[in-house]
Amino acid sequence: MAAPRISFLYARRRRSNAIWMGLSAIAAGIGLTGLIMILVVLLWQGFSGLSPAVFTQMTPPPGSSGGLLNAIVGSLMMTVIGVVVGAPLGMLAGTYLAEYGRYSKLAIVVRFINDILLSAPSIVIGLFVYEIVVVPMGHFSAIAGSIALAVLVVPVVVRTTEDMLNLVPNTLREAGAALGMPRSFVIQRIAYRAASAGLLTGVLLAVARISGETAPLLFTALNNQFWSLDLTQPMSSLPTVIFQFALSPYKEWQQLAWTGALIITLAVLALSITARALSTRGADR
Amino acid sequence: MNNDVTAPDPLKPAAATREKVAIRNLNFYYGNVHALKNIDLSLYEGQVTAFIGPSGCGKSTLLRVLNRMYDLYPGQRAEGEAMLDGENILSPGLDLNLLRSRVGMVFQKPTPFPMTIYENIAFGVRLYERLPKSEMDARVESALRRAALWTEVKDKLSASGLSLSGGQQQRLCIARTVAISPEVILFDEPASALDPISTAKIEELIDELSGDYTIAIVTHNMQQAARVSRYTAFMYLGEMVEFAETNAVFTSPRDKRTQDYITGRFG
Repeated sequence: MAAPRISFLYARRRRSNAIWMGLSAIAAGIGLTGLIMILVVLLWQGFSGLSPAVFTQMTPPPGSSGGLLNAIVGSLMMTVIGVVVGAPLGMLAGTYLAEYGRYSKLAIVVRFINDILLSAPSIVIGLFVYEIVVVPMGHFSAIAGSIALAVLVVPVVVRTTEDMLNLVPNTLREAGAALGMPRSFVIQRIAYRAASAGLLTGVLLAVARISGETAPLLFTALNNQFWSLDLTQPMSSLPTVIFQFALSPYKEWQQLAWTGALIITLAVLALSITARALSTRGADR
Repeated sequence: MNNDVTAPDPLKPAAATREKVAIRNLNFYYGNVHALKNIDLSLYEGQVTAFIGPSGCGKSTLLRVLNRMYDLYPGQRAEGEAMLDGENILSPGLDLNLLRSRVGMVFQKPTPFPMTIYENIAFGVRLYERLPKSEMDARVESALRRAALWTEVKDKLSASGLSLSGGQQQRLCIARTVAISPEVILFDEPASALDPISTAKIEELIDELSGDYTIAIVTHNMQQAARVSRYTAFMYLGEMVEFAETNAVFTSPRDKRTQDYITGRFG
């Protein structure tokens, strides 16, 4: 009779399913627990240091209290410049890969190199920019820091731009071409618009990526204890300040390091959530 | 071949109907695959011509030659002659954008642009003309009226094109095509993704448009071809098997393959 054989197989499948579901849940739990622990520790250590002073005073000399204003402003400036330089470059390259380069050898090479750059250690990028910018200039500078960050932004934006543009159905492009629209118009007015949420997400993710990068800044922008908006001089940044303060023996410095870490984490969290909200809103439509 | 004395050979029509598009000895290749073999066909001005045949016979391929849509993809090429008003549209130096402004296409799946309804239509017009707002409004309205969509959307022109139903989206695509005043309109299975009521509306639309535009429609629905078209071309495995007035093809087909197809033996 067929019935008893089927129920044996079915029971075994159900057991196997339960085991794998259980293992996946445990793995997810471990991952989540790690994340939650990081957030809890950051909040616990860093929150007590959060005060208006952090956002209004400069980094102090050892032993006295102060804030992180120059570091925050420095990070903001270099991140913005890095994105302003890197994102358009990345978007144009990504557009080439998705729209013009589907069948070309050059596109295959570019894609390959981009994937390598994407996972290149950021310290290597920092050393590279040190050689080509800091050494000729003779000193560290915010420009060098911004360039290093831009180099980190480009591959992220290239990848997300290409992926998002590839999601735009070809029938939409054909519909534009059928009206007599030249290729560049089809790309700008139709493909970009259709993929806009995804493209923006890509840029936001790139920003989130570079906000916390320390190694490249160590060799390019160095650090600056004082208030400075001069791009040709070393500039302070949150990650480097955290690096310096956390390893020091001074209590005020260590507290500021925790607070700085909390600020970076909250900023990255906000960016990621915004990016996710944008992409799901695009998908719903 | 023509043993029926009363039915005129459509490749040599009566003097009154002008040949808008003349295809002679057309061969098309997808890479090395010979998809269209020695096609001879005419589209007459102001008339509707239907292309019918089983899946994969090459009807959509033939349609897409007429506005050189295949040019978007390397590896696809056409050889032979396709004359639009006496000018060979297969010649390499031809301005494709200008060609496509004269030969419009409506696709199987409705493809409204991710913009407002108004913008969907104005967008195409702006490519060719710079109109003040009042004239653009009038143009949008007339295009939507021609597509029998005006009454349904006149109060929500600033809503997204994607917020319309499937049938409405397809009519929006037709309005968009009509707005740039083409001479020929190609329909690639325009109603196959729609419900019967929308299909009926689209067929009515094609009938109304036929006086002013030369229309070619690919359809796998034979009843639709019979309802809508004046001439029908039956294709099979990349060949033009029979091309005659629709009445002749459906009541007294000359080729056995045509007979088998329309009686449902295959396809």
